[in-house]
Amino acid sequence: MQDNILAIKNLKKIYHDKSGETLAIDDLSIDIKDKEIVAFVGPSGCGKSTLLGILAGLEEKSDGQVIFNGRKKLGYMLQTDSLMPWRTILENALIGLEISKTKTKENIDKVNKMLDKYGLHDFKDKYPRNLSGGMRQRVALIRTLATNPNILLLDEPYSALDYQTRLALSNDLYKIIKEEGKTVLIITHDIAEAISMADRIVVLSKRPCKIKKIYDVNLTNKGLPIDNRKAPEFSIYYDKIWRDLDVHL
Amino acid sequence: MSTYSLEHVKFLKKIKLRKYLIYITQLSIIVFLFLIWELLARLNIINTFLFSSPSSIISTLKVLISANNLVGHILVTLYEILISCLLSFGLGFIIATILWSNDFLAKVFDPYLTILNSLPKVALGPLIIIWVGASTNSIIVMSLMISLFITIINLYTFFSNTNQSYITLLKSMKATKKDIYTKVILQANIKNIINTIKVNVSMNLIGVIMGELLVSKAGLGYLIMYGSQVFNINLVITSVVILAVISSILYYIINYFEKKYEEK
Repeated sequence: MQDNILAIKNLKKIYHDKSGETLAIDDLSIDIKDKEIVAFVGPSGCGKSTLLGILAGLEEKSDGQVIFNGRKKLGYMLQTDSLMPWRTILENALIGLEISKTKTKENIDKVNKMLDKYGLHDFKDKYPRNLSGGMRQRVALIRTLATNPNILLLDEPYSALDYQTRLALSNDLYKIIKEEGKTVLIITHDIAEAISMADRIVVLSKRPCKIKKIYDVNLTNKGLPIDNRKAPEFSIYYDKIWRDLDVHL
Repeated sequence: MSTYSLEHVKFLKKIKLRKYLIYITQLSIIVFLFLIWELLARLNIINTFLFSSPSSIISTLKVLISANNLVGHILVTLYEILISCLLSFGLGFIIATILWSNDFLAKVFDPYLTILNSLPKVALGPLIIIWVGASTNSIIVMSLMISLFITIINLYTFFSNTNQSYITLLKSMKATKKDIYTKVILQANIKNIINTIKVNVSMNLIGVIMGELLVSKAGLGYLIMYGSQVFNINLVITSVVILAVISSILYYIINYFEKKYEEK
């Protein structure tokens, strides 16, 4: 298939320590299409983050293949904003360019424009401590976008925020992703967030992490995440996924 | 300023007043102690031959300055402190950086550092004199022995305890180890580095005086040693007082830079 940007084949990950080995991911295969938003939901501690860690090159895989088609430029966003308190907002947003040694005037302009566009114009020279949690996450997103990645890996990006801010930011995030035309793999434990944002939802099983089910999300009048929550199919998906996850306390 | 409410103005006044009160109390304690000391000496309740007195400290100071080149002695001690600080902090910084960048070496040298740090360095005094010779070098080596290992251990601990999320972030951007070191480790630990300098300076002060007590021809440690040998308690106590002043001046110099950094 030509329009696949990323193919994961029989991915396997084993963690080793003195007391033995743990199978974190077992035989996971999935194709990701270009400009698609795929959400991974699963019970906590099932190895979701490991999956992104492997894709981001932070962890070694034990077996299987990860094949990128065409340009491979990843942007990885962590659970916390990880803004450095000793850098101004602009400096924080530029760190990716510094690392990749592409801090050209053109690229700096681009970051400046993004900061202006997403309401951070007056905060460029401020330090992270002067910003609210939601604004800080927006800076983190711009920092991720600065190096112009085509695939975004989002690891529960808003889990540290309160509910209202999350809703607003999901909306923001969605708009930005669509405007910039990115492929997104997002990990979340929030089923509603997954349904409202994603084109496809991958439900993962408990450890070892396997694909339990994949849903194509078809909502009537699909639009922004906040509106998608009102779609009639929303609760049906929610119910199905909830059953798949099989949560026991 | 005038936009503040009356309550806020009162609040600010209260904070200021409290600050002055603390200063005044601090000053009164030392003045009071010296007055009592002087009084006890004048009334012959304590033996000034053994315990000296503030007035004899002052007269000793005058004699030291005019006849015995006190400034020279102070400069010798300060010079030795400066050299040992630069050496131990520089070496400590380099070694801590190497250990941070190489986990294997860090694990290997961990027990050695612990042993070297906890070893009472005075025990090495005679050896150092024999090996290095009875010179200023011995004093600096002594000082290094006392300050270097704790500096390495402190810096290494700070470096390796740096918030992991910044490092993960940079690694996901394919940063090199050097990037991580210069852009995260050093930046995140500036306050800790200043604190390490504080510990380092006071350790070197101890080390230099210890060295001067063992072997020296000049310096405040020499004055203390000489004073005790000829049973001139005035000289010993005067030198100790000068040392206390020097160490607090050094402390406030570093504090000044720390405050400067925090304001930034």
